[in-house]
Amino acid sequence: MSTQEIRFSGFGGQGIIRCALITGKALSLYDDKFATMTQAFGPEARGSACSAQLVVSDEKVLYPYITAPGVLMALSQEAYEKYSGEVIEGGTLIVDADLVKPHPEHPGRTLWRVPATRFAEELGNRMFTNLVALGFFAAITGVVSDAAMKKALPGLVPDRFLKINIKAFEKGYAHGLDVMRPAQAQAEAATA
Amino acid sequence: MVNADPKGVDAGPHFLDGDHALAEGALAAGCRFFAGYPITPSTETAERFAERAPEVGALFIQMEDELASIAALIGAAWGGQKVMTVTSGPGFSLMMENIGLAVMTETPMVIANVQRGGPSTGLPTLTAQQDMMQVRFGSHGDYNIIALSPDSPQECFDLAVWAFNLSEIYRVPVFIMTDETVGHMHEKVVIPPADRIRIVERNNYKGPKEDFRPYKFDCQGGHPMARAGDGYRFHITGLTHNERGYPAMTPEQNVKVLTHLMEKIDGNAEQIIRLEEDGLDDADVVVVSYGITSRIAIRAVHEARELGLKVGALRLITVWPFCEARIRELASRVKAIIVVEINYGQMVREAERCVAGRCRVVSVNHCGGAVHDPKVIVGAIKEAAL
Repeated sequence: MSTQEIRFSGFGGQGIIRCALITGKALSLYDDKFATMTQAFGPEARGSACSAQLVVSDEKVLYPYITAPGVLMALSQEAYEKYSGEVIEGGTLIVDADLVKPHPEHPGRTLWRVPATRFAEELGNRMFTNLVALGFFAAITGVVSDAAMKKALPGLVPDRFLKINIKAFEKGYAHGLDVMRPAQAQAEAATA
Repeated sequence: MVNADPKGVDAGPHFLDGDHALAEGALAAGCRFFAGYPITPSTETAERFAERAPEVGALFIQMEDELASIAALIGAAWGGQKVMTVTSGPGFSLMMENIGLAVMTETPMVIANVQRGGPSTGLPTLTAQQDMMQVRFGSHGDYNIIALSPDSPQECFDLAVWAFNLSEIYRVPVFIMTDETVGHMHEKVVIPPADRIRIVERNNYKGPKEDFRPYKFDCQGGHPMARAGDGYRFHITGLTHNERGYPAMTPEQNVKVLTHLMEKIDGNAEQIIRLEEDGLDDADVVVVSYGITSRIAIRAVHEARELGLKVGALRLITVWPFCEARIRELASRVKAIIVVEINYGQMVREAERCVAGRCRVVSVNHCGGAVHDPKVIVGAIKEAAL
């Protein structure tokens, strides 16, 4: 059984919970996976680091919470500081390039910096930051297909912003594929 | 049995939390009246119902408190509606008096308790299963109810539909004892098309007016109701009453009423009790659980089986009435029954009563606020299998 644990994090208002909802819906409705999404509801979840968790599996998810996340998306410094330590060896960290100043190294983990906020501003509004980051996340991790993610958007973003959200997702996705290429080439060269 | 009204059925696959799924199940079952007072972690059900109410011609009322919520449900039910409310610990306590009135007046209704840690205001945002005895015994006097416990958002939908059906058949409050984890957890929920959802409609009396009796004390369900305003003369009271509903406060009448209230549930337990069983045939140890805890328990059972232990899982979908016959039968042939729950040990008392010393009963309980660590359950299984 292949199980992936993912944490989306940032600060309130960035659309973090929405990221988990979109990804969970995409996986469980359109990618034929089982996905269970939970979020922190307590007073500790108000006004500081905001987080949503997703457990993805080929079989029914029994334990609904994450215990050893393989992927962390952190769109704020606070979230990054709070959660980066829990990512397992071989795991992936995705941070906003402008909002998060990462530690010098994460041995055994891969860190990617995505200019999500900047790209969203170029598209006209910071509101689209989460979709840029999600596109990047989908390209880098391959956990979820881009087609499923786009199908999941209606109903989870306002109708009048659907097109621009898809554009934001595609921008992040394309950027993800771009930055992966040299990394892949390097990996191939190393094994050759 | 008839098919659901398509207006209430949002058919198709969804990514929903348990609270929203409860509201969808209620609407699919034909519930068109909701009276409640918001409380974490149940509020999302009320929000969903309120949002959908105008689409299906339903009425949503935010009441002044939970006492009034149940009072409103009783009134609306006798007005011909299928009715529901949701709450959590503190609100559940406030509902207790009028729940007794609903039981005594044999008024169908569905009440969901999205459990959080107690006592008192306790842990508003964190999970628990601490109201399992309160749901059965919380109001005064002897009485009987039905309680179901979903383990997922999908089952919140499915059991909401079934809860309404049961409450119509047995004319009794039916409780959905879910919890914060299931309530707030999002998963895929497939809502079937209306013609695939079998529902029990209100049995409205159609015979001659002078023959109508709101009650029949025969220890069975299926008795008709009349709608207030349709011209039938009858009476509804919390006092011990006769078949026309008028007070008849004698010891003899109390025997009739009480026996009926108890036996219409216990006598039909086979139709009401739904269990999910896995690997019980050759089990040395049986792990009994319900609601969110059953998912963790079943994972632990799988892990223990990989260690070569003969362990089976029994999941209570119907918690009340308790599956006495099954537990008695298992107790005579297994080494131990382990009961896993997020409280200080509640349903384990029922297990102990039914086992009556024939095998070991182990309580793997922990207080509210979080689900179990599967390792703790595996540890208990290992020890019990020795």
